Amino acid sequence: MKIHEFQAKEILRSFGVAIPKGGAAATGAEAEAVARGVIAETGSETVVVKAQIHAGGRGKGRFASDPDLGGVQVVQGAAAAGQMAERMIGEVLVTHQTGPEGKQVGRVLIEQGIDIARELYVGMVLDRAQGRVAIMASTEGGTEIEEVAARAPEKILRAIIDPCFGYTPYLARQLAYGLGLEGQTAKAATAFMGALARAYQDLDFSLAEINPLVITADGDVLALDAKVNLDSNAEFRHPDLAALRDESEEDPSELEGKKWGLSFIKLDGSIGCMVNGAGLAMSTMDIIKQAGGEPANFLDVGGGAKADQVAAAFKIITADPSVKGIFINIFGGIMRCDTLAEGVVAASREVGLEVPLVVRLEGTKVEEGRRILADAGLDLVAAIDMADGARKIVELTQ
Amino acid sequence: MSIWCDENTRLLVQNITGRTGRFHTAAMIADGTKIVAGSAPGKAGQQVEGVPVWNTVAEAVAETDANASIIFVPAPGGADALLEAAHAGVELIVVITEGVPTLDMVRSLPVARDLGARVIGPNCPGIVSPGKCKIGIMPYYIHQPGTVGVISRSGTLTYEAVDQLTKLGLGQSTCLGIGGDPVIGSPFVDVLTAFEDDPDTSAVLMIGEIGGSAEEAAAAFVADEMTKPVAAFIAGQTAPPGKRMGHAGAIIAGGKGTAADKIAALREAGIVVAESPADMGTAMKQAIDQGK
Repeated sequence: MKIHEFQAKEILRSFGVAIPKGGAAATGAEAEAVARGVIAETGSETVVVKAQIHAGGRGKGRFASDPDLGGVQVVQGAAAAGQMAERMIGEVLVTHQTGPEGKQVGRVLIEQGIDIARELYVGMVLDRAQGRVAIMASTEGGTEIEEVAARAPEKILRAIIDPCFGYTPYLARQLAYGLGLEGQTAKAATAFMGALARAYQDLDFSLAEINPLVITADGDVLALDAKVNLDSNAEFRHPDLAALRDESEEDPSELEGKKWGLSFIKLDGSIGCMVNGAGLAMSTMDIIKQAGGEPANFLDVGGGAKADQVAAAFKIITADPSVKGIFINIFGGIMRCDTLAEGVVAASREVGLEVPLVVRLEGTKVEEGRRILADAGLDLVAAIDMADGARKIVELTQ
Repeated sequence: MSIWCDENTRLLVQNITGRTGRFHTAAMIADGTKIVAGSAPGKAGQQVEGVPVWNTVAEAVAETDANASIIFVPAPGGADALLEAAHAGVELIVVITEGVPTLDMVRSLPVARDLGARVIGPNCPGIVSPGKCKIGIMPYYIHQPGTVGVISRSGTLTYEAVDQLTKLGLGQSTCLGIGGDPVIGSPFVDVLTAFEDDPDTSAVLMIGEIGGSAEEAAAAFVADEMTKPVAAFIAGQTAPPGKRMGHAGAIIAGGKGTAADKIAALREAGIVVAESPADMGTAMKQAIDQGK
């Protein structure tokens, strides 16, 4: 689960990670009030206004309505901060990570201006090959880490956390001194990484990136930016973090799918797919593409789907106006073909079936499933295998 | 022979009294698996499908000499169940549970390994050696005893592959789903090693998907260490980057883990890669015909 920068910073601050002074605001007036507080505390009129969306590249991104305006602005004074917030809130920001449609800004983060001496990178991520969590640090702050990894991999230092003992400070010391930090700054960076690692472990992060981590002119260490993703599988342990989900950042059909326990991802094509199992669902998309079509979605109805979940899935697919045909591809294991058939029949009676439907059923209770579909008199085309199904749905939608 | 489970496997079912546990206990018994015990806290003395139930895994193992376990415990208790089985001395632990927190697996897997347990999963369909033993949730009837080993990160896509093999007359020695999570007990290389060493496996079909670099590691292993023919398929050629495709581990992150990269690495290693999921069986046949 993705969260906003201001949320990540509030969490990290509570673990003792050094964060610039500031706070979030949803209106111009709120922004001005936050800025006034920051100015009173720091004695400096310089404040930064940062658009809050679930995507990177905000500084270089541009507002659709205001093409000269980027998503991160430095202003002087509280009144200017309030005005800047008003220009951003409610507008659509387009960055290289949002796609051309961009994302609407709901809030801004107001922070003190920082006198930056040096920009570093610190990140934490699962090293999948080792099955352990790694802390990464680099002198190349402010640049995307993937770019550094491609261009100068030797500039990324790594420390692997012992899975049984957990974080221990020598790991951060190795990284801090490895980056060439000295004196109090090295100590502050070590403490910073320690606090970050504790937050990662205690709250089940799946990713943390501090890019840049800045060293100020005074030698302080601060998280100028912060990106944190949470492990959705660990939500049950952190019920309070569930409130950080920003549903306005998510596709409505994907949210509807989640509500029904379905794994649904919206895509750009015209052939709706209903499949059981993630691997089979991905391959169904692949085979549709190979047959000359474009999938409209990824949908895994799961192993133990009940008829009402199948019906919900069918409704989500048919509600998409770009869907010109549907391909149901089921290899029943735990999922029974008769359950699937009942769900499809119920949903198509309720919402109607206005596009071609190709069904490929195999596996548990396949004869019963086929009979239920046949008896319902649905206008569908049966496929003998997945290649046959893909071919037929592509033909019917062209 | 076969790998990791056979007619000598004595299976224990953890959370045997749950809905899923009961259903698959009945199915596994019908498919010929020797289930000797079940565990479920507070349910000692009960029976499920004639299988005696104990409160703890330790008691069940002490009483029945169970040497393998299958876990149907819900995700919050997944790692706990794994550690309970490993500490009780169970040699093969199959974690079917989907949704176990990643850090729970990071922490529990090294402990289970140190205790000598072989772990399959989590978030997997299990393992089957046709004609001998099934520890999992796969539809058994699609299998046929034979000499092809099947490894996959997926569930239903494995059934699809097995079905294609059986229809081509290619039976299987052992088929296993290693799981769709980013951290799993038995990555491809471990399973390939076991298949290479198994005299009754003559060829291997490997089914990967986007995310991570396990397929690339497998490709290097096949090139350097394997004498048996290998065919492969990679799911997710059309998957968009940055989106988790159902499986927690199936995500293209930072441009890494694409199907194209994996397919290139596999081909480089001399592996026959099926373009279409409809051709997994024929790719295996082609690899067998051309030999390693």
